[in-house]
Amino acid sequence: MGVGIQVEKLDAWFGKTQALHDININIAANHATAVIGPSGCGKSTFVRCLNRMHETIPQARAEGRVRIGEVDIYNGTSATQIRRRIGMVFQKPNPFPTMTIYDNVASGLKLNGFRDRRRLDEIVERSLRYAALWEEVKDTLRKKSGASLSGGQQQRLCIARALAVEPQVLLMDEPCSALDPISTGKIEELIFQLKEKFTIVIVTHNMQQASRVAEFTGFFLMGKLIEFDKTEKIFTTPSNKRTEDYITGRFG
Amino acid sequence: MPNTTLLSNDFAAAPVSVRRRLTNMLATGAAAGAVLLVLLSLGAIFVYLVYKGIGAIDWNFLTQIPKPVGESGGGMANAIAGTAYILLIASAFGVPIGIGAGIYLAEYGRHRFGDIVRFTADVLNGVPSIVVGIVAWAVVVVGHGFSALAGSVALAIMMIPTITRATEEMLLLVPNTVREAAYGLGVSRWRTTLSITLRTASSGVITGIMLAFARVAGETAPLLFTAFGNTYWNWKLDQPTAALSLQIYVYANSPFDEWHRQAWAGALILIVLIVASISAVRLVAGRGMLKGAN
Amino acid sequence: MANQALGTPPLPGPQPLEKTAVLVKPRGEADVLARTGSSLWPDRIFSWVMLSCALCILALVGLIVYELVKGSQLSWHASGWKFLYHSDWDPVNDQYGALPFAYGTIVSSLLALAIAIPLAIGVAVFITEMCPRRLRGPLAFATELLAAIPSIIYGIWASFILVPLLRTYLEPFLAKYFGWTGLFEGPPLGIGMLAAGIILAIMVIPIISSITREVMTSVPQQQREAVLALGATRWEMIWTGVLRNARAGILGGIILGLGRALGETMAVFMVIGNRPEIAKSLFAPGYTMASVLANEFSEASGDLYLSALVEIGLALFIVTIIVNIFAQILVWTVTRGTPARGNA
Repeated sequence: MGVGIQVEKLDAWFGKTQALHDININIAANHATAVIGPSGCGKSTFVRCLNRMHETIPQARAEGRVRIGEVDIYNGTSATQIRRRIGMVFQKPNPFPTMTIYDNVASGLKLNGFRDRRRLDEIVERSLRYAALWEEVKDTLRKKSGASLSGGQQQRLCIARALAVEPQVLLMDEPCSALDPISTGKIEELIFQLKEKFTIVIVTHNMQQASRVAEFTGFFLMGKLIEFDKTEKIFTTPSNKRTEDYITGRFG
Repeated sequence: MPNTTLLSNDFAAAPVSVRRRLTNMLATGAAAGAVLLVLLSLGAIFVYLVYKGIGAIDWNFLTQIPKPVGESGGGMANAIAGTAYILLIASAFGVPIGIGAGIYLAEYGRHRFGDIVRFTADVLNGVPSIVVGIVAWAVVVVGHGFSALAGSVALAIMMIPTITRATEEMLLLVPNTVREAAYGLGVSRWRTTLSITLRTASSGVITGIMLAFARVAGETAPLLFTAFGNTYWNWKLDQPTAALSLQIYVYANSPFDEWHRQAWAGALILIVLIVASISAVRLVAGRGMLKGAN
Repeated sequence: MANQALGTPPLPGPQPLEKTAVLVKPRGEADVLARTGSSLWPDRIFSWVMLSCALCILALVGLIVYELVKGSQLSWHASGWKFLYHSDWDPVNDQYGALPFAYGTIVSSLLALAIAIPLAIGVAVFITEMCPRRLRGPLAFATELLAAIPSIIYGIWASFILVPLLRTYLEPFLAKYFGWTGLFEGPPLGIGMLAAGIILAIMVIPIISSITREVMTSVPQQQREAVLALGATRWEMIWTGVLRNARAGILGGIILGLGRALGETMAVFMVIGNRPEIAKSLFAPGYTMASVLANEFSEASGDLYLSALVEIGLALFIVTIIVNIFAQILVWTVTRGTPARGNA
């Protein structure tokens, strides 16, 4: 089951440049929330702050309170520990090139010390089913490398890998932007089903995608959260003029 | 209509002068000549190695140790084994330090201090091998005598820069998205570096190590007053040890024809081992590993 | 266009936690992950270990400098700067002048460069600009093979094959037609400066050639096309469009080759004659800094003798370091910091 995320006064910097200004947002559990905005508005940065990936970039830092469930992730717990509870799917599919499909899915568990063979098999199968990839790869699990799949399959493999560790939150940073329309469609279907079990935050520059998969949408502009509401409302009757300008294509 | 062009009407139509065409041909000829000369030298070296060396290689040569002066027969078995032994000990130091430094430069060292280390590694690479031998002598031999360990230290010092740069290069070829995928799964940085990044780059790193071996296996100068050479078998670290390159040198420098023959044989074996490892490396490099590992 | 928010989810400020917001107890597998350590120490220790490996490299260069300076103290105190310009090398009487070795090193290296530069550049030009595509790989491989041959094998080949060739054919030829230059006087023994220069040239060609090739291929195609479009012949295109642009890098490659030639030991040692003499003729035997170390170090008796030899080692070290640093800087500015692979 997913958990909610409460963000208070989140600021983020790249060196001296401030990328996020005073973000406050409540992300509902077991729903999909889309984050939209023009290029460079900070939406990726925001999402990467939710699992403290932002600070892996040299000279980047973030301050504020982000509570995932009951845990304030910026207060005390190590970043590595946090990331084990949160799954992330990146823009460009990045399966581990030297590992088989099976090992890729199991990697989150194996690298963190999990050893039970039989349960690993179960978990791998379950994760691949969740990601709608099981039928396509069940015969070549241990033979083919992760990198030998097509782009769309690779991304579903990455989703399976993220799901294998049973995260409470799944973050997706423009997961379909490198994929063809058919693969995109499959993954959107997936998101639809996954949100029953997980809390999903999805960054997208495609507004139609946001309206297809997410119940809530946040609009970012120049590092600030301009508006956050039910998707339906954002796209039909936005409260903020700037939101409306973006939606109607006046910029971005 | 006045003639407004400054160039004669024939400029574009005039053929390229004979002088220029001749120069072009000569240049091509000269370049081709240079290539032929160089190929000729290469060929001459290999042909003579085989021609002079093959006759003396037989089972005895490969399995026996040198016979005393004047007696015929004997072989370089201990020298071949000695080279392997010294290389093995040298790699016990050289490979971990080289890989560690390479990891540092690639994963932690993208700044001024890292540049200093990188530069110093290139400097270390250019130190003449005889000078490295002197240093190893000063540190290990003085007070203790010639030893296999001294030879290994000298060779390790020579291996390290090559391995470091190769490791760094290969690790930098691993796309950052792979590291991010691991971080995203909550894998700690050290684990990511070893189990993911290094593993992805592993075939390239192994290539680098083998190239370092090939380069260092043929070195004579640094062993002259460290390992020193030995006419018997030796497996002790603190005793002088035979090495193939040393043996070739001693035999070639001697006044005996029989030893000259064996020197050629040893040289042939050495070059075969080196060419074999380089070719193996090239084969592996062409097969499915990260591109650019040449 | 509504101005009021309608039914939005609650925004900032502490919120009453819904049931689903409580951290649900994870199922079995994730539990394992929750228990594993989360301290920063393994990462820290790892980075320290890697740092210490990198520091080893700095320490090694420091060690080299330290030992060389320490070992040459005795000789330095005995003769100071005279060491460098006296030509008397007399271990029996404890007189140590290193000039013959400096002379031998410099002359043999310069001779090697004089022979190697045109050949190496010719080879590089041929491979990159003139030869059919299919031949490029094999030819490049052949030059790399030359680079992989160990010094001792060059030495043995030069000693048994090259030297007799020089003695029987080349040196009489040179004496007959070019004797007027004064460079080819004295008995044509075969061994001597000329033999050393030739074998060094062969050893140095691969380095100069591979760096030249590297900088030539990095010249953008537009430069070549610009010259060709003006109606130039192929050679003119190479000369003006490529070599001109690449000359800093080529110079760097040449200096790198010089650095290798200066430090080269075994091959030179076996053919140069090993006599500490300074002579104009290329037929005369000579001695280089590296060769005297190879020849006399292991048998040197007497502290001053040994110290003098270490001092030669120090001088050799300093000269090669300076030359190599200079070359590295040149090559680096042209190829912009990609690792130089000229040495293997």
